[in-house]
Amino acid sequence: MLKMIKVHIMGETYKVPEGLTIVGAMEYSGFVFKRGVGCREGFCGACATVYRKEKDYRIYTGLACQTVIENGMYIAQIPFVPAEKAIYDINSLEASVGTFEEYYPSLFRCVSCNTCTKACPQDIQVMDYVNALERGDIALAADLSFDCIRCGLCALRCPAEIVQYNAAIMARRLYAKYLAPKAKQLQKRLEEINQGSFEKEINELMALDRKTLSEKYYKREIKLK
Amino acid sequence: MYPESMKESIKKLELTRPKRIRLQKEGAKIFPDMSAEERQEVLSKFHPDYQDDARKVLRVGVNKNEKMTTKFVDVLESYSRISSTAFDLTRADYETDVLVIGGGSAGCAAALLADENGSEVILLTKLRLGDSNSVMAQGGIQAATKDHDSPMLHYLDVMGGGHFDNIPELAKALVMDGPKVIDWLINLGVMFDKDKEGNLTVKPGGGTCRPRMHSARDYTGAAIISVLRDEVLNRPDKIKVIEYSPAVELVLDEDGKCAGAVIYHLENKDYHIIKAKSTVIATGGYGRLHIKDYATTNHYGATADGLVIAYRAGAKLLFMDSVQYHPTGAVFPEQIVGFLCTEKIRGMGGQPVNKEGELFVFPLEPRDVESASFIRECQERGLGIRTPTGRMGVWLDTPIIDIINGEGTIKSNLPAMHRQFQRFGIDMTKEPILVYPTLHYQNGGIAINERCETNIPGLYVAGEASGGVHGRNRLMGNSQLDINVFGRRAGIYSSEYAKKAKIAKLTLSHIDKYEKEVSELQVPVSRISPILLPDYIPQSVKDKQRRPKDAGLIV
Repeated sequence: MLKMIKVHIMGETYKVPEGLTIVGAMEYSGFVFKRGVGCREGFCGACATVYRKEKDYRIYTGLACQTVIENGMYIAQIPFVPAEKAIYDINSLEASVGTFEEYYPSLFRCVSCNTCTKACPQDIQVMDYVNALERGDIALAADLSFDCIRCGLCALRCPAEIVQYNAAIMARRLYAKYLAPKAKQLQKRLEEINQGSFEKEINELMALDRKTLSEKYYKREIKLK
Repeated sequence: MYPESMKESIKKLELTRPKRIRLQKEGAKIFPDMSAEERQEVLSKFHPDYQDDARKVLRVGVNKNEKMTTKFVDVLESYSRISSTAFDLTRADYETDVLVIGGGSAGCAAALLADENGSEVILLTKLRLGDSNSVMAQGGIQAATKDHDSPMLHYLDVMGGGHFDNIPELAKALVMDGPKVIDWLINLGVMFDKDKEGNLTVKPGGGTCRPRMHSARDYTGAAIISVLRDEVLNRPDKIKVIEYSPAVELVLDEDGKCAGAVIYHLENKDYHIIKAKSTVIATGGYGRLHIKDYATTNHYGATADGLVIAYRAGAKLLFMDSVQYHPTGAVFPEQIVGFLCTEKIRGMGGQPVNKEGELFVFPLEPRDVESASFIRECQERGLGIRTPTGRMGVWLDTPIIDIINGEGTIKSNLPAMHRQFQRFGIDMTKEPILVYPTLHYQNGGIAINERCETNIPGLYVAGEASGGVHGRNRLMGNSQLDINVFGRRAGIYSSEYAKKAKIAKLTLSHIDKYEKEVSELQVPVSRISPILLPDYIPQSVKDKQRRPKDAGLIV
């Protein structure tokens, strides 16, 4: 027999089997999701959630697909995060602090309270990357924010109304395009393809019958080092 | 966190580890890979596709009399959600040059390229923009960018992995566009893993003969789509995004050309007509149909909508008898059953090991072969590990990655995986993880050529919704490549077509023609499709409700 526990979903009390995630508990209770659920594996950020525990004043944040229910939990799903996103042309930007001053001036309102970091279900050092952007250290911000899944909880909890996660995408794009060392060998390969260097050989492979192609495949050398 | 019953087996695994580390360090194959005959044997005996109930004969439409995956056949042998006569097709609610259906990477890429080619674009998505399987891809994207590699070797791997059923022109397009796609993504601002000199980091994957997997830690898909999504949103005047609005039927014109779609808003419950000169389907696959009741790695929205509406309109399907089960789905703990454990774990040296702590398969066979070997180990040989809830799995020895490559390797290269297991009480740097095949990918789909054209003029398909690129088994990292290569191509060619297309009078008469065939099958009229969202309402609730029982959750 499954052990049943009590949870309060949107204020209503339900009995559900122990061990479920918040998503599982809500579906068990008959909720059909449209908003507030996505990949269900912790990669898309659609299921940002806020909850309280019994006899605990604190508001907790998390991903509903990754948070296991506890007895007496108060659960609510966030359907949508109304967050500002700057519109920009990546090709005409400069990878500098000035770009962030122009497109995300709210970054500079940070009061260093660290609430964003505490709210992040990915344990990202959100405040640290905001501070990095204030200093113009785009590389550090890109690195620190890399695992962001854009759930928006940082922005929702921020008393300075910063949109951390959208600024972070801009930082990663600027870093990858302008600051990271250029990919070696890639341009050479592109030139080879553009010059048609492989056309003859690949067309020959395409023309092979299944048996000959199969023999060639099983004979190919596997070099994984 | 593991119960005592499982810990005993972990001890055996730890005893064999020094020997396995030696093998790995020697650089030789730690277990022999299979010949063509051995592959065929393990597949025919243990791959779920080969079981009697896996497939049945489809009785309607252009692929009539062909055997396809059972649950997918049910979704095709279904009534439409709408009545063809209920719409005034002379008054479209929206008009555009190119309509893109699907908000994953293929859809975003198509929208961007169609825009760059001068077309007006509407991008429809069932949930939020970017909600898709694209966002969940962890391990990487293949492309022959390196001097040690070539498009020819990539081509051979693609064809061999797909059992040589692949359409050669599509496989060529995939491998030849690969390096261009990596370059395009870097220029858009995707942070691929590189060393300090700028060399792109590449790892091997199942069925690759060279290291070819480019990654962005183990958030590769998320890194790509967050950039593509951001770029789509940077063009609000050119690409109109409509969220929470699946297409429930295509609209044709009287000449039989595709001319747009009927869309349904999940929240305000209203239907609208979009008239478009050309249409791109990029709706992904069918993991949420839970083929053979398998748990799935797939996104909530993966219900094959695009295939259903294209098929009703007369589009041909290809290889819809073939399902991909990813070898390494989580089986413990219970909350994460079916979740993806990226192939990059094996690419970095993680080893599959049985109950006795022994290796039993080359870790990087193509996915179908690897999966079938795992099932054999559990079912035939009885060497699987049982969980407290009765599930079976094999170990994936992950601590070995840090032991061989240095402490911290897992945390910096597989942060998503590490986080996933940590959240549920398992430290994969210290303990192995338990895995079993999980429903992962739709190998087949709507038949296309290398221009993403279907047999219906004006209808284009890209990504998992298409069939032919991967034959009957896709290799790791070729899906991220596919959605970008063919997403871009669909954008370019649909836009070119739209410039010349003249749309005649609109019609939905194909629905009536199709439903006439369905009505002869004696399926319940409550069975409607596309189903739009999977149905997870508990049986006890459903038993009390008057609602469609077979398929077609009304949302």
